[in-house]
Amino acid sequence: MRFRIDIERREGLSDPEGLTTTQALLDLGYDMVEQVHFGRTIYIDLDESDRDTATALVTAMCAQLLANPVIEDFSLDIVE
Amino acid sequence: MKIAVIVFPGTNCELDVVHALTALTADPQLVWHQETSLAGFDGAVLPGGFAHGDYLRTGAIARFSPVMSEVVRMARSGAPVIGICNGFQILCESGLLPGALIANRDLRFICKYIHLRIENSTSALTNAGEAGHVLRIPLNSYGGNWIAGSEELVHVEENNQVILRYSDELGAVTERTNPNGSTNSIAGLSNEAGNVAGLMPHPERASDPLLGSTDGLVLFRSFLAAVPALT
Repeated sequence: MRFRIDIERREGLSDPEGLTTTQALLDLGYDMVEQVHFGRTIYIDLDESDRDTATALVTAMCAQLLANPVIEDFSLDIVE
Repeated sequence: MKIAVIVFPGTNCELDVVHALTALTADPQLVWHQETSLAGFDGAVLPGGFAHGDYLRTGAIARFSPVMSEVVRMARSGAPVIGICNGFQILCESGLLPGALIANRDLRFICKYIHLRIENSTSALTNAGEAGHVLRIPLNSYGGNWIAGSEELVHVEENNQVILRYSDELGAVTERTNPNGSTNSIAGLSNEAGNVAGLMPHPERASDPLLGSTDGLVLFRSFLAAVPALT
């Protein structure tokens, strides 16, 4: 079973990469850009056939290591 | 005074820390991150570098190195534990210090001398200093921009956990003197008890006249002075 995990900086916290990229797009003439928000995507392949068990495991992995609960939120999807 | 200088794969400032502590007549010993006991040590330093390649997030994987459960135990016992640069990032990731460190405001690696104003003189890094005193110490990092949620930020400020702020040479703190965008110009923090403390700049690189500054020594003196006071 393959999971896709999306991790994003929590709304309202400083995001220097997002700000810099927003400005670059505005400078290129894309005046409609309001905000650029960076995150990262992690894929995990799991040897577990039960969806609920697998989801609970990956959620625990995110809370313990993959995301920083102080500044990040995460979401996950089963993609295969 | 026996001090554990923790070495992770990718740590690269451990010998400079040993040099500085030895000059202050302490007995620093390198401790590999796979060790599972810090028995007999009076305090611990997490030096700078790129622990575990800084993969995932700076400090995120180092936090789970075997030695870290002993570092946490030592911190909870009241013994002084300090983190420098990457060591500071690890202490934040491990929850021993509040907040987190992200990329510098201008997305550039910063390598230069900066000025720091001591904000309180009760922590394991600043008890031998004086509030308002200004230090000149090198900063050497890409991820030195400290952030926290609004509630945590208020808590940290109200509890006097901010121990160092970026300033000019006279101690004035302005946006212009903030090299990396760190919230409230915070360069160093402690926990509520004061025995765990971290900073982004490198005091070990300002600990010998040959290096151009000895301003970092007061921070190491504070660390060593915290041993009898807090344990």
